Amino acid sequence: MDGGMVASTQALVRFVGVQKTYDGEHLVVKNLDLDIRKGEFLTLLGPSGSGKTTTLMMLAGFEVPTHGEIFLADRPIKNMPPHKRDIGMVFQNYALFPHLTIEENVAFPLTVRKTPKAEIKDRVQAALRMIKLENLAHRRPGQLSGGQQQRVALARALVFNPQLVLMDEPLGALDKRLREHMQLEIKHLHETMGITVVYVTHDQSEALTMSDRIAVFNDGIVQQIDRPDALYERPVNSFVANFIGENNVLHGSVENIEQGYCRVALAAGGSVVAQAVNVAGSGAATALSIRPERISILMDGEATDSPNRLPATVQDTIYLGDHALAILQVAGNGEFMVKLPPGAHAALGHGQAVSITFRPEDCRALDPV
Amino acid sequence: MTAAFVAGAEGPPEVSLKRRLKRAERARQFKALALVLPLLVFLLFTFLGPIAGMLWRSVDDWEVPQVLPHTVSALANWDGKDLPDEKAYAALAADIQSARAAGTVAIAAKRLNYSVNGFRTILTSTARNLKTAPEPGTAKDTLIKINPAWGERSSWAAIKGASGPVTSFYLLASLDLTRNVDGQVVAAPEDQSIYRDVFARTFTISFGVTALCLLLGFPVAYLLANLPAGRSNLLLIFVLLPFWTSLLVRTCAWIVILQSEGIVNDSLRWLGVIDEPLRLIYNRFGVYVAMTHVLLPFMILPLYSVMKSISPAYMRAAASLGAPPVTAFLRIYLPQTLPGIGAGGLLVFILALGYYITPALVGGAGDQMISYFIAFYTTETVNWGLASALGAVLLLATLVLAVVYGKLVHGQQTTGGMKN
Repeated sequence: MDGGMVASTQALVRFVGVQKTYDGEHLVVKNLDLDIRKGEFLTLLGPSGSGKTTTLMMLAGFEVPTHGEIFLADRPIKNMPPHKRDIGMVFQNYALFPHLTIEENVAFPLTVRKTPKAEIKDRVQAALRMIKLENLAHRRPGQLSGGQQQRVALARALVFNPQLVLMDEPLGALDKRLREHMQLEIKHLHETMGITVVYVTHDQSEALTMSDRIAVFNDGIVQQIDRPDALYERPVNSFVANFIGENNVLHGSVENIEQGYCRVALAAGGSVVAQAVNVAGSGAATALSIRPERISILMDGEATDSPNRLPATVQDTIYLGDHALAILQVAGNGEFMVKLPPGAHAALGHGQAVSITFRPEDCRALDPV
Repeated sequence: MTAAFVAGAEGPPEVSLKRRLKRAERARQFKALALVLPLLVFLLFTFLGPIAGMLWRSVDDWEVPQVLPHTVSALANWDGKDLPDEKAYAALAADIQSARAAGTVAIAAKRLNYSVNGFRTILTSTARNLKTAPEPGTAKDTLIKINPAWGERSSWAAIKGASGPVTSFYLLASLDLTRNVDGQVVAAPEDQSIYRDVFARTFTISFGVTALCLLLGFPVAYLLANLPAGRSNLLLIFVLLPFWTSLLVRTCAWIVILQSEGIVNDSLRWLGVIDEPLRLIYNRFGVYVAMTHVLLPFMILPLYSVMKSISPAYMRAAASLGAPPVTAFLRIYLPQTLPGIGAGGLLVFILALGYYITPALVGGAGDQMISYFIAFYTTETVNWGLASALGAVLLLATLVLAVVYGKLVHGQQTTGGMKN
């Protein structure tokens, strides 16, 4: 499931104890240790101000770490200027040079490296063919659509075969359809060329679609770094559980812990059994995380073999084509979501009393929020 | 909605649609015209009118036809190879007498004196000595007896050359050219050839000032464009400060600073760098310093506005693609500032071409620019023809430059791909 591309375990980039502050008081990046494997597609995901872009800028060389060291292919690069790092970068607004043609833009990294003219011509042609824009070679960036400019920026960052390509929210300015199309195109390029990509985004579906691994940033700290499926299925804390995908939260306190599972008394009454993932111990407060598709609705005293069964009141149902959502009131949470097969919502009416059930292994007891 | 659309399409389709479009457009055009009309009228009377008047004056030749009308018509068919016939002499004698009675001899004398130095004396002495109309048939002898100049072809060529209604005399004179006795265009005598030098000097000084402004203004504009907003606004006030003081005051300030007993010379002497005061003013150096100072904001502001619009992402992109700072600057930043360099350069150059007060106050005799001579001819000698001709040549040169600049800028497209 590594996106068809088995990333080698050898680290191409290593952040060691990196800290960054702009004002000398507040750390934007707090003690970052991060290994980026050769050939992998790593996404830095997080809300704005979480430190992901600063991390990328330190890697590109536009920001200097306040503390710590960054290694690129085992060489320390903290004090190496950006133009010597051999890192391709795709910017948020493409940053295509407006006074140069598409061809000249793509040729730029080769001409500054004094590559022979004939070779430049061949490589630029190949790059333009790769992004299917050979016929626009002599246009200027202003004459291209957003998607075309994006592809040119991509070609320009790849044409000199950098050991690492950084992308700073490159699809942010595109509309939804084009963005989804470009996600697949970038992913395809990564797989065929075998390059290492570090991708910054705040869009979790983009991160899930494209990445081999995702580093979830919040408050200057990497909360969790893992494969997309692992992040979704096995979040290690409440921030990750809430940030990736839909999540239902129930508050309570731990009664006892036994063999990795714990019994949690809900604040609103009742108790459930959950996986003890991130709890301090008996008596500690916890937030339970349950994904909407892991919950079943029981009608009129239907039986369940799960120890978890809670009364619920239907608030609303939403039809979404391929599935439906039921919004319930459960243990004080009025926005408790349950994913239903299409059509199943028809049996539920507003204010109807039902029961819900979920397996202990699908309910994760995490840090309280 | 659909019904109305279909009905419209069924009728006489294209004509009606085109007409409707035109009608809609016309209303909008009228509105636009009404908005600019006051300014247009204002410009017509204060700008276009005077310019047209000036251009006309540079070729208008009214004095001689008005004062000596019969002579002009008698000379109409003169081939200029020999002295004119008796009829022309008689006409001249009659014209001089009536001009004397009307008191207009001096008008024609002044105009003819431009063409032939000393003509004023010839005409006024003839007018004084021609007491009575000569007997028929003796006009030629009488006039030649009064002044032998009337027996020379050049005197008559001068009258014919000034017999209007339009003349190339002033325009040729402003380019150091003149017509000889046979009407061919030749170089003016050396002691009268000054305007080509003055034009060359004007363009040299303007070019020098433009180059200095660019050299000094570019880094300042770069700094302004890349500082945080608060500090760049403060600096911008310093750039604009000179606009709040009069040009005269600023120029006089330079006199105070640069004169032999001025701040600069005193400081240098006090420091022991020099013994004798340096000559910093009333020469070309003073002109360059004062004009550069006065015109610098006109270079900085267009540069600043262009640089402000260049996203820092371009330089970052260039660096990430492997360009060292100098290469990135030369190949990515500098080309994008060209519209600003062009606009600022053209502005400063054209403003400098017309500078009058500053070189007049801080320059020496050899540093006066063309405007000084235009002012001299309009206010001192009241030779409007030559003043207008010099102005017309300057205007033409400036227009050519503006067109060349327009072509250069139009040739390269600078619309960016950055949307922010």
